[in-house]
Amino acid sequence: MERPFVEISGVAMRYGGVEGTLALQNATLEVAKGEFIAVVGPSGCGKSTLMRLVTGLWPATAGNVVVAGQEVDGPLSIAGMAFQNPTLLPWRNIIDNVMLPLEVVEPHRRQLRSQRAMYEARAQDLLKLVGLGGFDKKFPHQLSGGMQQRASLCRALIHEPALLMLDEPFAALDIFTREDLWAVLQDVWIARRPTVILVTHDLREAAFLADRVLVMSSRPGRIIAERQVDLPRPRNLDTTYTPEFVSLVHDLREHISAARKGEEVASGH
Amino acid sequence: MATKQAVGDGSMSPEALRRLEALAAAARRRRRLQAWLPWLVIIGMFVIWEVAVKAFQVQQFVLPAPTDIAASMIKWWKPLLDNSWQTLMTTLIGFGLAIVFGLLLGIAIGSSTLLYHGLYPLLIGFNSVPKVAVVPILVIWFGIGTVPAVITAFLISFFPIVVNVATGIATVEPELRDVLRALGAKPTDIIRKVGLPRAMPYFFASLKIAITVAFVGSIIAETVAANKGIGHLMILASSRFDVPLVFAGLMVTAVMGVAMYVAAVAIENRTTGWAMRGQTDQQQALAGV
Repeated sequence: MERPFVEISGVAMRYGGVEGTLALQNATLEVAKGEFIAVVGPSGCGKSTLMRLVTGLWPATAGNVVVAGQEVDGPLSIAGMAFQNPTLLPWRNIIDNVMLPLEVVEPHRRQLRSQRAMYEARAQDLLKLVGLGGFDKKFPHQLSGGMQQRASLCRALIHEPALLMLDEPFAALDIFTREDLWAVLQDVWIARRPTVILVTHDLREAAFLADRVLVMSSRPGRIIAERQVDLPRPRNLDTTYTPEFVSLVHDLREHISAARKGEEVASGH
Repeated sequence: MATKQAVGDGSMSPEALRRLEALAAAARRRRRLQAWLPWLVIIGMFVIWEVAVKAFQVQQFVLPAPTDIAASMIKWWKPLLDNSWQTLMTTLIGFGLAIVFGLLLGIAIGSSTLLYHGLYPLLIGFNSVPKVAVVPILVIWFGIGTVPAVITAFLISFFPIVVNVATGIATVEPELRDVLRALGAKPTDIIRKVGLPRAMPYFFASLKIAITVAFVGSIIAETVAANKGIGHLMILASSRFDVPLVFAGLMVTAVMGVAMYVAAVAIENRTTGWAMRGQTDQQQALAGV
């Protein structure tokens, strides 16, 4: 059997020294190459922490993270990331923002000068794919929040990362834009098959996009449930009204409620 | 483009069109007023000054009227030009040095908390020393002439640049830094791609302060120890009780200061327009001085 692309075993994270807050405890999960998984949980359950540990932005206090057969001990360059805020650089226009990773990540960094036209064409194609064709020369402040988020998604994809990390990328958007972008993200995933880890608190989003949904408990976060999503792809908005989808979301919802109740009981003592 | 079409194809009522045009005309009037206002204020000040001097019969050696100052300027145009050229060059060299070293130190301090905490108290202490008190020391070291003036201009304009650049780099949003860190960027990449561009608006804001105080620095040094420059000329003139010439020197200095300020604003608008959205009207009005 092929080795999983991402292996997280017994990972814990404590902030602020020995007496600090334990944000994540004994987290263990595996993600196969090309799989799309979603991590859901109540707010403050350490979802974003998990994300930062996997990409090597922070070191874990216990356990280890292996990505593509290599122990993670610093920021990964095979990962593309998108955050809750678009975090575009305001002094760059959209296409230059999208092309930012190419200026940093090897081997693109070396080739960017000589093959600029090829890379620019690639960026333009991506922008078209997310519905931003013709906006390449605009600056971030001239675009709406949803459009900025699309551009941010392009930036996460431009260097064709094998691992795509999405930290609540659509949380700040209205529901209609969000549903649009689900479809866009699914298209991208079907076209390129990166391994995706999506962190979200939107259960419908998780069920719509992922192959597998993991539920985390409230702090300290642990993985308490796992659901395979066997709905056929490509999924569309009609899928979200099928009984299978509804019962899946309902099931996830119950786990989250249980997790939050646990928290209340714990804090009641 | 879309609005033009809407107007062109006649889908708007004449009433709506009239209102649109009235709004546009009002905006144009406002812009014109903004462009002219600084000039009107300056001319108005001179007129009031002239009238007040004449009305209260103020002695010329106390406060000369603007017309007396103008006459003095015409009479002494050659030495005024010579000396202001000297002062301008002195100031620009000192200012240029301040930009180079200010940027370098600002980047260093802004990107390392260790350096920031280590060097900041020393910098503040340095900045608190009155520069007038430093000039005699500079004279002992370098003799009377251009060098003490250049160094004073440098010392006085250096601090605002360092502080602003350091602030700009130190306050980069952690999210922006994470975007690059997540790509495996080296610290130098992060400074080049995020820190420096982010610090540019701060840098230009500091240039506007620094260029005006640089004039203060060079002129202070010239009044104490120099044999050329506007400061030197003013000291000579005041020792002869030629007060109109002293004022002429002040005027020339003010004009040079405003000219350099406008140049700094023009460069700022070209390079950091992204940080000025929504304020562009005001900025253009300033640049149009």
